[in-house]
Amino acid sequence: MRAAATSFARFAALGLLPVTASAAIAQQEDHPGRPVYDRWCAGCHGEDGRGEGDAAGFMLPRPRDFTQALYQVRSTATGSLPTDADILRVIDEGMPGTAMPGWRDALTEREREDLVTYLKTFSRFFESETVEAIDFGRAPAASDEVLEEGRQVYQTLECFKCHGEAGRGDGASAPTQEDDTGFPIRPADLTQPWTFNGGGTVEDIYQRLRTGLDGTPMPSYTDAMEAGIATEEQLWSVAHYVKSLGGDLPVAREVVESSRAETVPSSPGDSAWTDVERFWIPLVGQIIVRPRWFAPAVTGVWVQAVHDGNDIAVRLTWNDRSQSPDPTWSEWRSRVMEVMEPHEGPGAAAADTTGAAPTVPPAPDAIAIWFPRSPPTGMERPYFFMGNARQPVYAWQWENGTGAREALGRGPGRLETLGGEGNGLTTEAVFDNGQWSVVFRRPLAATDTENALSFPAGTAVPMAFFAWDGDNGESDTRGALSSWYFLQLTEPTPPTLYATPLIAVLLTAGIGIFAVGRAQRRERMSEES
Amino acid sequence: MRLTRQITGLMSFLAIAALVACGGGGGDTGGAEGGGETATPAGTPPAAVADAGSVNGTIDFTGSAPANEPIDMGEEPACAEKHSSPPTRETVVANEGKLANVFVYVKEGLTGEFPAPSEAVEVDQNGCVYIPHVIGVQTGQDVAFKNSDGLLHNIKAAPTENRPFNISQPNNMTSPRSFSAQEVMVPVQCDVHGWMEMYIGVVDHPYFAVSGDDGSFTIENLPPGSYTLEAWHERYGVQTQQVTVEPNGTATVTFAYNASMAANAVVPLGTPIDPHGHHQAGDR
Repeated sequence: MRAAATSFARFAALGLLPVTASAAIAQQEDHPGRPVYDRWCAGCHGEDGRGEGDAAGFMLPRPRDFTQALYQVRSTATGSLPTDADILRVIDEGMPGTAMPGWRDALTEREREDLVTYLKTFSRFFESETVEAIDFGRAPAASDEVLEEGRQVYQTLECFKCHGEAGRGDGASAPTQEDDTGFPIRPADLTQPWTFNGGGTVEDIYQRLRTGLDGTPMPSYTDAMEAGIATEEQLWSVAHYVKSLGGDLPVAREVVESSRAETVPSSPGDSAWTDVERFWIPLVGQIIVRPRWFAPAVTGVWVQAVHDGNDIAVRLTWNDRSQSPDPTWSEWRSRVMEVMEPHEGPGAAAADTTGAAPTVPPAPDAIAIWFPRSPPTGMERPYFFMGNARQPVYAWQWENGTGAREALGRGPGRLETLGGEGNGLTTEAVFDNGQWSVVFRRPLAATDTENALSFPAGTAVPMAFFAWDGDNGESDTRGALSSWYFLQLTEPTPPTLYATPLIAVLLTAGIGIFAVGRAQRRERMSEES
Repeated sequence: MRLTRQITGLMSFLAIAALVACGGGGGDTGGAEGGGETATPAGTPPAAVADAGSVNGTIDFTGSAPANEPIDMGEEPACAEKHSSPPTRETVVANEGKLANVFVYVKEGLTGEFPAPSEAVEVDQNGCVYIPHVIGVQTGQDVAFKNSDGLLHNIKAAPTENRPFNISQPNNMTSPRSFSAQEVMVPVQCDVHGWMEMYIGVVDHPYFAVSGDDGSFTIENLPPGSYTLEAWHERYGVQTQQVTVEPNGTATVTFAYNASMAANAVVPLGTPIDPHGHHQAGDR
């Protein structure tokens, strides 16, 4: 509390808040939103509202600095303040794709409304500026023509410069993006609308096109519309098109089913994969052991699996903005490391004395799947994060440039290449427009049965994932991981399974007929006698 | 049909707004004659003042200027073609001991109100660079951001005393914007082309100038009196100097910059060193 007051006094002394400082302090002291803010918001946004709370350093993007009144999600023109409803909406629903959660269920309506007015006391802009919401109209219906027009307008407006040809946030300008406070920021991956800061509906997307996301590189297209470069209708078409790239957040299912096929495809581009069911595995930053990683680039991976009598193939598909190591991303890598690990990153010591950015060695993109070494008999599984010394995990790893390796995980960050002949693991990888697709293939039966899993039919085997985006500064324990999921190899139903009930039915019927027949015969005989 | 009506409505609204704006602007600035150089970085010469004098100044530079960072325009061939020599940034433009792109303005000593000129100051985006790199503008006066490249630029202004904005210009067009509060300087950046940045000095009077390639600047029509002049350079920082303008006189000033002043640098846009303090050089 005192910190906030002192901070304002300091500003007043500097003449930065000449007239309003004392009024603002008085206004803040008694504000009903203050206790709510200090309890629930200050941890990230700071008591003084400058976005520098204790937890802020672990976040990318950083928490909002309220003193500049710069709000991303607005219904107002770029450069304008948000309406109260705009601020309330973000408090209620949070900001997908960031650390900001929604508070609708956690705080009362009164508390949330008090927060809105309290946040406004952090900036003098709210004392003088007026706000006017834009009337966005309603979304026209989508159709094939609308989507096609949207696809074309996406090109003419050059959205691909930042968001990429396929919308995966991998445009040519992506590596240099930064937010208003100079922190690196990624263009949205348009194929994942559930990560859009302002929401993923067609209306949300259209509104962000019109208003821009102030404080980020995303500009407003209202001026362009008024200049006749794109019509209102065309902007709606772009919104529909963008929405069509992604859809809704896939539901993560615990059991990945490997389907049985005649043959197993080895190539990621094999058309056989189009018929194989895909399973979404969400990934989160590894924050269990140091070095921890709060800025993961990979949000999830699609998993498909197929097996025949001999082999199993697993295709992993995930979005990644570059084929690391890519020199055009090396500055991005340094900047991410600098802001996420100012005291831990390699080269940090040098940075303290010279002010130069720490140098981070280039690292390749990589992905790993691990399993227990043998199918579990009970509920017990190895430690989900790369196992431990007592109970190691058996890992498949693929690295851009070097390809496949089998390893034993003896604990977080300790993937040791498996000695010996190995078990015949191969990989094939393709990178296309911001997306990796990698097929792992191996015989079902392991050669090194002590260390490597033989895939059993019909039994669910635990598996977990870890992805590294090298150009995002990720290697070692810095990256994105999942908890345990399961892989289940389905088998075609054996013929005996159909025959047994049939035989049972026939047998029962036969015995029945025989018994009844005999009984009837006996009855007839006794009647006759 | 509904859309057509909306557009028609919007057009008529804009037409009315334009009429109102033009009418108002004309009334405000009766004394803007002599403003033939409105598109230059220098301020619009203000209305004639009795016994007005002027300041003629030079920005000296000693030491060896660092080479400006070359710009790789490989991703924009259309822009690369517009440059006869390999393009570089304009962080330090020094020739024969003179420093260009220094914004000089009267910081203290003025009284009265100064209506904003109706003419806009133009900033052109041509060849994926801003021309000019540094401008001055009066509060309330329009800056006309022009896109002559016909490809996507965005104009992100990051002031702290004024409201920041971010406009997309996917093709040839011009967007006028103005600033309501004095602020030295307002950084402007294009996120599509990370190398594009420029600075706008916003002051609430017409007495400012930007040094040319020969390091010279002129502030005209100053009422006689004593003033504090401030000079701002993006790399070498801020200096102030007292100057007295006699009636009908011409005061001569020299600001001396040298290469070792780089420590005073305004932190360039986007460098995550001090996110909150980097626009304040002109205010202290």
